[in-house]
Amino acid sequence: MNNAVLLASADDIDFMIHGLFSYELFGQTVWITTSHVCIAIVMMVLIILAIIANRKMAKATEVPDTLQNVIEIVVEFLDGIVKGSMGWSAPKFRNYIGTIFLFILLSNISGIFGLRPPTADYGTTFALGVITFSLIHINQFRYNSLKQIWTDMCSPLPPWLPIWLPINLISEIAVPISLSLRLFANVLSGTVMMALVYGLLKAIAYVWPAALHVYFDLFSGAIQTYVFCMLTMTYISQQMGEEPIKQQN
Amino acid sequence: MNITGQDLILACSAIGAGLAVIAGIGPGIGQGIAAGHGAAAVGRNPGAQGQIMSTMLLGQAVAETTGLYGLLIAMLLLFVKPLVG
Repeated sequence: MNNAVLLASADDIDFMIHGLFSYELFGQTVWITTSHVCIAIVMMVLIILAIIANRKMAKATEVPDTLQNVIEIVVEFLDGIVKGSMGWSAPKFRNYIGTIFLFILLSNISGIFGLRPPTADYGTTFALGVITFSLIHINQFRYNSLKQIWTDMCSPLPPWLPIWLPINLISEIAVPISLSLRLFANVLSGTVMMALVYGLLKAIAYVWPAALHVYFDLFSGAIQTYVFCMLTMTYISQQMGEEPIKQQN
Repeated sequence: MNITGQDLILACSAIGAGLAVIAGIGPGIGQGIAAGHGAAAVGRNPGAQGQIMSTMLLGQAVAETTGLYGLLIAMLLLFVKPLVG
């Protein structure tokens, strides 16, 4: 089976994930792929940025200079979107949401720097979706009584008639799948498009693909990051409900 | 030139991929409607532009999902080739 049949016999188009080396684990062959390497690079950059920001904020000044300004803008923006959509439960989640926001954003825009975006691998986005799914349901069981959960599950019909239960269960399971597929397909479509431009129009692909990079990597990547975090926050705060009257501190 | 069964399956996969991305029509219309209503809302209440913008983008991204499923089916047919035995 060669790809030449399908890609107009241009054989230097390449947007697939490649295995770098494999090892045996409990009888299974596990591959270390290019996605792992790209994730490692993204996380390294994030860690270095975090260390620099930490050093900088340790000796923060009253009147911020350039770097401190940038750090404050980023943190205030992340806090703002979490506060805006989660309300009273924002302090519990702003670390997590801020982390995945920065991670997905950097992953998505890493296409500009010549990496294959790690979020264009379904393994990465499905892991993020599963984390969201677990968070939704952990908080559902923590903040709702079992009776209430049962009533929600049977929702349009009364709780003694659980005909809608399977449909509601399917819609719960669809949440992480649709979340992860949305992010994956968006980033993948950008990656494929750029690979086609560079592979098929190699002779004239100078300068103008930059505009496509701005759209596919920067704009689309930032929008999808925002959407993923927004939906995660919306789903979680739906389960957490109103602020408890008596706060036990 | 002999056309083997595998060639036929590949050709039909390509046609199927083309048909699958027709799914993009729906989200296109939906996103356009959302953007139009967003613009109208900003016209009525320019002060709420930020919130209208984020709500609109969120709704559009959710509406986009069905189109992306079509795209994924096309990708699977073209590159993973599940029908070729």
